[in-house]
Amino acid sequence: MNEIAITSGRMNQGVDPVLHAWTWEIPLYLYLGGLVAGILFFSAFFYLRHRENVFPAAIKIAPLFTPFMLAIGLLALFLDLTHKLYFWRLYTTIRWESPMSWGAWTLMIIFPLSIIWSAFWVKDVFPRWDWKIPFVEKSIDFLARYKAYFAWALIAFSAILGMYTGILLSAFNARPFWNTSILGPLFLVSGLSTGAAFILLISRSEQERHRFSQIDTFLIGTEIFLIIHLFMGFLASTSVHIHAAEMFLGGPYTAVFWTLVVGLGLLVPMFIEIMEMRGVKVPVVIPAVLVLFGGLMLRFIVVDAGQSSRWLYKFMEQLIF
Amino acid sequence: MRYAMAIDTKRCVGCADCVVACQTENNVPEGFCRDWIVEETIGAFPELQLEIRSERCNHCDDSPCVRCCPTGASHYEEGGVVLVNHDECIGCKACIASCPYDARFVHPEGYVDKCTFCIHRVREGKNPACVEVCPTHAMIFGDLDDRNSEISKALRTRKHKTLIPEAGTDPHVFYLL
Amino acid sequence: MGKKLNRREFIKIAGMGAGGLAVASSFLKPVSLFGQSVSREKLIASTFSEATPTYCEICFWKCAGWVHKKDGRPWKIVGNPDDTHSNGRFCPRGTGGLGAYTDPDRLKTPLIRVEERGKQVFKEATWDEAFDYIAEKMNGIKEKYGPECMALFTHGSGGGYFKNLIKAYGSNNIAAPSYAQCRGPRAEAYLLTYGEGIGSPERTDIENTKCLVLIGSHIGENMHNGQVQEFTRAHMNGATVITVDPRFSTAASKSKYWLPIKPATDLALLLAWINVIIEEELYDKEYVKKYTYGFEALKKAVKGNTPEWAYPITTIKPHIIRETAREMAAAAPAVIIHPGRHVTWYGDDTQRVRAGAILNALLGSWGRRGGFYAPSKAHVPKPEHPPYPKPQKGWRDAFPDKYPLANLALSSGICDATIPSTTDACSIKGWIVYGTNLMQTLPQPQKTIKAIQNLELLVAIDIMPSEITGWADVVLPECTYLERYDDLRISQGRVPSIALRAPAFEPQYNTKPAYWMAVQLAKKLGLSAYFPYEKIEDYLEYRLKAVGSSLAEMKKIGVKNLPLEQELYFLNGEDYEFATPSGKIELYSDTLAEHGFDPIPRYTAHEEPQEGYYRLLYGRAPMHSFGRTTNNPLLTELKLENEVWIHPKVAREWGIENGEYIRLENQDKVVSNKVKAKVTERIRHDCVYMVHGFGHTQKQMRRSLNRGASDTQLITRVNVDPIMGGTGMRVNFVTFRKEVA
Repeated sequence: MNEIAITSGRMNQGVDPVLHAWTWEIPLYLYLGGLVAGILFFSAFFYLRHRENVFPAAIKIAPLFTPFMLAIGLLALFLDLTHKLYFWRLYTTIRWESPMSWGAWTLMIIFPLSIIWSAFWVKDVFPRWDWKIPFVEKSIDFLARYKAYFAWALIAFSAILGMYTGILLSAFNARPFWNTSILGPLFLVSGLSTGAAFILLISRSEQERHRFSQIDTFLIGTEIFLIIHLFMGFLASTSVHIHAAEMFLGGPYTAVFWTLVVGLGLLVPMFIEIMEMRGVKVPVVIPAVLVLFGGLMLRFIVVDAGQSSRWLYKFMEQLIF
Repeated sequence: MRYAMAIDTKRCVGCADCVVACQTENNVPEGFCRDWIVEETIGAFPELQLEIRSERCNHCDDSPCVRCCPTGASHYEEGGVVLVNHDECIGCKACIASCPYDARFVHPEGYVDKCTFCIHRVREGKNPACVEVCPTHAMIFGDLDDRNSEISKALRTRKHKTLIPEAGTDPHVFYLL
Repeated sequence: MGKKLNRREFIKIAGMGAGGLAVASSFLKPVSLFGQSVSREKLIASTFSEATPTYCEICFWKCAGWVHKKDGRPWKIVGNPDDTHSNGRFCPRGTGGLGAYTDPDRLKTPLIRVEERGKQVFKEATWDEAFDYIAEKMNGIKEKYGPECMALFTHGSGGGYFKNLIKAYGSNNIAAPSYAQCRGPRAEAYLLTYGEGIGSPERTDIENTKCLVLIGSHIGENMHNGQVQEFTRAHMNGATVITVDPRFSTAASKSKYWLPIKPATDLALLLAWINVIIEEELYDKEYVKKYTYGFEALKKAVKGNTPEWAYPITTIKPHIIRETAREMAAAAPAVIIHPGRHVTWYGDDTQRVRAGAILNALLGSWGRRGGFYAPSKAHVPKPEHPPYPKPQKGWRDAFPDKYPLANLALSSGICDATIPSTTDACSIKGWIVYGTNLMQTLPQPQKTIKAIQNLELLVAIDIMPSEITGWADVVLPECTYLERYDDLRISQGRVPSIALRAPAFEPQYNTKPAYWMAVQLAKKLGLSAYFPYEKIEDYLEYRLKAVGSSLAEMKKIGVKNLPLEQELYFLNGEDYEFATPSGKIELYSDTLAEHGFDPIPRYTAHEEPQEGYYRLLYGRAPMHSFGRTTNNPLLTELKLENEVWIHPKVAREWGIENGEYIRLENQDKVVSNKVKAKVTERIRHDCVYMVHGFGHTQKQMRRSLNRGASDTQLITRVNVDPIMGGTGMRVNFVTFRKEVA
């Protein structure tokens, strides 16, 4: 029998009994980052394939939301900081070994990109839109000549954004539940999936909806595949990782994860979408909202569960579970 | 110069003097601690063994906390001591999540704090507060690059270990067994 | 388990809306431990600090040290390297001493009771009002019953001034709980055997010993500084440590032998060891011949106490008993059977400690290197005063023929003498209680309350609003040791030494030092002649001058070690006259025989707990001094509450999980506060253990209120040592109550 205890009364707020550094701000930011990545990716991708007329929602309407989503995400990120007055330090240096640093800079690039990209389509969506300031009007017209380059840039950066949200967490090896390289691809696929779901939600075109249903179904399938591999990887690894996986296989996170994320967020919408493709009429809002909800839950749960797993002082978990 | 600390588990009685001394020396805010005592009992009555350890930031040679810091606030200084520049820390808490030893915490003033090996004392040629106060002389601090330092001699002559070496961070706090 | 998280998840998601709060909280102003906004750099960058010498009052080791300030604000306390008590390193309690100064729950002003005793309704009073009240009552008691009916309980550096006052007033009823509730049996046992006591700090030459036998001593959790340091040095030098303890203590974990003895059977083990040492002729023959008296009687008496006899009683295997005895003999004379410190366990404690003393004598360790040295104490004259009046009666008159060999007053005796009965010749009417929380110090708290209710005056002098202050008529708030001068520390040691306590801070609030209080009260009582120096600085200057020093010098050095005037080790063949009736070490005690007690210790079985009950054992934690520190802001961070140690088999039987809160109920149906269970292999299955000093009920002490459980509350029975009146407290048995509500 092995008894272990901290006998000097350690209870550092935010670290004990389990890590509680990040509550809602970071999962929300990761979610919005993934969602934006998905939307911009599809927008740029289908633009490059000249589908402007076929997928108007994907290419023109959805991107209009992205600057606001990013702004909310950045605000959440800012609110999470505990030393806010120094936030500008993020932009005085690039640290290649720090995913947080990449994230800061990637966002710094994508944010203006998304604004410019949206600006390209504003007049298509709101025909009576007036920029008011002639300089702005002229700049947009000028940049619009390089739409293709912007599209390529967006493809690259949205992929980085999507991946990075997962790599950010997997870089923290000290949290056994995040210590897996599957998190990066998982969050990327989830981001694309939520992007597709969002497009599905706002689309008015039958053809577009059908296409994105297909895309989304494929992405959900990939996600399920990755999640299975995630757990297989943990169970085949060391005891801390098995312990981390067990949180989801009989432990405290079992119910929320398998019902909200996998059940409602993945399996049910996939099933509905497959039924739809077979001709059963279901209001498209249902699977779309479920996927969006599932993605949000995925981020929240993964961020929370990762913080609940630790290498040392596992006995502290007794205090909350 | 490579600073390191060794704690003699044969001498340590787990009195937590190192914890209080650190608190007063470094004005650690109430409710937080930079070091702590762990008691580990192995065996079943009456065949028992007890190991008592004073733990803190290990000032790792290959610290994930330095690597993941987006602003460079978390950095190495002389002797490999890992310190946090308060003016550069934004409080993103990435370093807290990346530490396998859970040694860091968010100071009420907003920046991230942890054991500093009392670098302000070391620079004056003194020992860290915890080493200085330990009544049983269970703690040694010194330069691993100096063959004749007390710590180098101790590590040469005594069996020792580090905590979760499999985390791969190359910690600089050793436990003499 | 899943349900719990769902709730937590839900709350967190719902709490998203409290994001606004999150924004606000992240901008909260940082507050340092000492209550002011502090920039870390500011405090650490500057290296200048002012240092004041002091000696610690957190426990009775009284280590000398330096109080460091930065820009007038408290910074830290460190040890004085010249002091042999600490060798420059304070223990965690001393290091955390600043917490006593900054504790916002401190007593702040004199209080006078306005409602029924115990209701804790006080009015704030001026010092003058308080002293007038006390003087009036004391004069009244003197007139009506005689001055002998005032008693003083004291446990602290300021006690000496009140001792002087009470003696001047005409009473000898002065007791420190450290006698009958702690070290008393040890003092008498060694006095009876060697004609000398052990004293404090103990005269054990631990750092030079080759074999240390700890029987009921938990060095390491008992953080008596110098002793722990010596223990470590001896241990690292290869000394064999033999620990006899029902619990795998820290000391046990560093021992070569851990004997998990059945509680209450230690005397059997000691007798078995004596048997082995004698039968195998392992004793120091020359030493025994030259210095001891009664060897043949001893040999005869322990003939039947073989290891085989002791085995079923103690559960220690015979071969272990023999092996350990041989280890001791091999190391002799550098061997110490440690006399213990708190030894009031089962009521036969004087005899048990005496058995240890006898064993030391057989091994020849008394007066030899690695055994027991001759302690030196500085002689520092006090200013003269008129002779004390002779009291006509004392607490003893309440117990004629009892406790004949008690050399000091029994606090429990005084307490008993306060409860009126038909046989008493002196019923005490007034108590002054200095620096001791009698409600947790004296066992059988129900008796203490009964006694208090019969008092006409109860004065409590304390730093914190501890439970005893709640019962007082007058509460006098003393400032902490960091805010006052006190009498010189003159303690025994390898070298004689004196230490100065000087104030590092001005007294906070409306608190005053005990010396000042005693002087003022003396004025009111017309006893100023006994306090020739109104200011303590002048008193100290007088004393220091007499040994060739001065206040100025002591302020610079803190501790002065004086020249050694006697040999440390004195029994290496020299002639020596012991202060005993026979002039020798009494293995057989005529004194005891004369009073009808066993001249040689004899084992008697003690009551065992019944089914479902477990013997309650208690002890110390290294970061606390019992109730003294349970509200200290720095030390409560280390340990906020105590736990009850339970063997895993017992826990399984009762369905108790590690960390679960339960209650303890004793044999008299008294139920404790809820306390955390520590399920551990480190304790026997027939007893439970907890740290003493928790379970406070005073609302004014916010940090300690209801934290942990009070063992005192469960000690409703005592076995009184008939020899000297010590209250054996480990005779209570507890069972578990799982309903915590």
